[in-house]
Amino acid sequence: MGKDVRLLFDPFGIRIHGRGGQGVVTAAELLSVAAFLEGLHAQAFPSFGSERMGAPVVAFCRISTRTIRTREPISAPDALIIQDVTLIHQLDVFSGVNPFGYVLINTSRTFDELGLGEFIERFDRTHVLTVPATEIALEHLGRPVANAVLLAGFAAMSNAVSLGSVSEAIKRRFSGITADKNVAAAESAFNFVMKELEGSRSLSGVYHEGAKDSSDA
Amino acid sequence: MLEQIEGSRAVAKAVALCRPEVVCAYPISPQTHIVEALGVLVKTGELSPCEFINVESEFAAMSVAIGASATGGRAYTATASQGLLFMIEAIYNAAGLGLPIVMTLANRAIGAPINIWNDHSDAMAVRDSGWIQLFAETNQDAVDLHIQAFRLAEEISMPVMVCMDGFILTHAVEEVDTPSQGQVDAFLPKFVPRQVLDVDDPVSIGAMVGPEAFSEVRYLAHAKQLQAKEKIPGISREFELIFGHPAGGLVNGYRLENADTVVVAMGSLLGTIKDAVDDLAEEGKKVGVLGITTFRPFPLEEVYAYLSEARRVVTIEKAFAVGMGGILATDVATSLNRVRIDQYSVIAGLGGRAITKASVRSLLEDAIDDRLEPLTFLDLDHELVEREITRMRESKRSGPTAENLIRDAQLKKFSRTQRDG
Repeated sequence: MGKDVRLLFDPFGIRIHGRGGQGVVTAAELLSVAAFLEGLHAQAFPSFGSERMGAPVVAFCRISTRTIRTREPISAPDALIIQDVTLIHQLDVFSGVNPFGYVLINTSRTFDELGLGEFIERFDRTHVLTVPATEIALEHLGRPVANAVLLAGFAAMSNAVSLGSVSEAIKRRFSGITADKNVAAAESAFNFVMKELEGSRSLSGVYHEGAKDSSDA
Repeated sequence: MLEQIEGSRAVAKAVALCRPEVVCAYPISPQTHIVEALGVLVKTGELSPCEFINVESEFAAMSVAIGASATGGRAYTATASQGLLFMIEAIYNAAGLGLPIVMTLANRAIGAPINIWNDHSDAMAVRDSGWIQLFAETNQDAVDLHIQAFRLAEEISMPVMVCMDGFILTHAVEEVDTPSQGQVDAFLPKFVPRQVLDVDDPVSIGAMVGPEAFSEVRYLAHAKQLQAKEKIPGISREFELIFGHPAGGLVNGYRLENADTVVVAMGSLLGTIKDAVDDLAEEGKKVGVLGITTFRPFPLEEVYAYLSEARRVVTIEKAFAVGMGGILATDVATSLNRVRIDQYSVIAGLGGRAITKASVRSLLEDAIDDRLEPLTFLDLDHELVEREITRMRESKRSGPTAENLIRDAQLKKFSRTQRDG
């Protein structure tokens, strides 16, 4: 395990929400590979269903310093990664989330604008972030596929895996220019989140105002 | 090499290392990723010589495997659920003819109602067909059991089915130590068929047998299964010597020493059970686990040896005999017919219902306190069941059960959301 990597929870359960076609299952797989590359144990699996383009999809990833034996779906995740923001008012995506855990949402809007201002107050301010991952993906890839980008954001926020491992996982899954572009997008998202976190650490006010300020910048 | 890999891909790699000469399959979830990956390996020439045959149905898949095996080729196929049922006549033929085909069964429920998710109903539907049936707990197990399956099948000239939980294992990405070609070659000798269709030395395979010898042919199939039971521990030991980790065998025990209560199960469910048992052990409760790796032939003596000292045995399984109860539980009971032990049969995880550690834990607590019914359906929604029973009582034309239950379940979920939200 890299020296900067640490698991705030062990096992660390991550639930990823998105829609068919957005690479939700791949995201969980990439995250498990990144954790594996850190020398950790990891298990990724989709919520098995009849997956269709556009239909809600859930995938899970467990990371641990110990062998993972359980096979049950993660009903009380330590981190939520929401790839598609349109799901937040359609499904109970926040169900069971650990109040000491993390929430990362792909959006260019603020939590207040999403109507989640009050909800996120229960979390540590450095554990809840919005990232314009689709915009970052469009800029680097020319396609609105935000899955790998969000993983880098998650790495920055949680330190559960390093950016290096996320990038290596991307390179193992994709090849050539697709891999390079995804790695560049991941780096960009990582830096974005690091900057956001600096901002929220230096602010003493309530978090959602901080998030709004920094996303306007 | 230790790698983080999807179960299906790991199994495809392992099967390829066994150098099958014919791979035929018809796509059906959740088996599809395995044969897709094998198809790629054949296409790129990484698996060569091997013929990948696209067939028009599962019946054809098994028939082609029979033909390939009867002509001396190492044959492999994979299926699940309705696909297995569609090939069932050929399944019995493969076993009856004694052809060493290896097949992956990516376990999935059987309809109606149609359901793509995991349980063990498909494996149980062919448990008496004469095939050897091995159950994988993890994807590492699935890889290792496939390699052992070819060896076992060819040593006794009988087909072997490796059962791995559909989706739960096939679609899970986890670490697997995939072996090298050198290791597999050292473990698995070249296929020398016991019988072969050869134009230079003609024989017929599959003659009609009348009452004068049918019982004897069937008895010999049973004798071969008993022979498999003798060979499996040795194959497992030899595997460990070459591959460096234990795998296979008839049964696998966990925390059995001084256990008052022993849980018996097979497949991926064992992982969740072991976590629950660890929690109970921390509270000083003496609970152990016996995993059944080889379900056919059923290891009657070994199960007896491990369970005979227990006070109670709880068998948890993902299938049942409708109108009777647990299937594995019945086999376990046969093992224990010489001793008086409280036995509980639990049916769980049907059609993909998640089996949670919390449910297993509370189930075992009930068993320990002798509060468990002899036959229990884990996490059964009694309210839904009662509603349908009432509907059937009140109206002769109550409509299709499955559709009624889906509607009731949705209504119930909706009213819960309304209440909580």
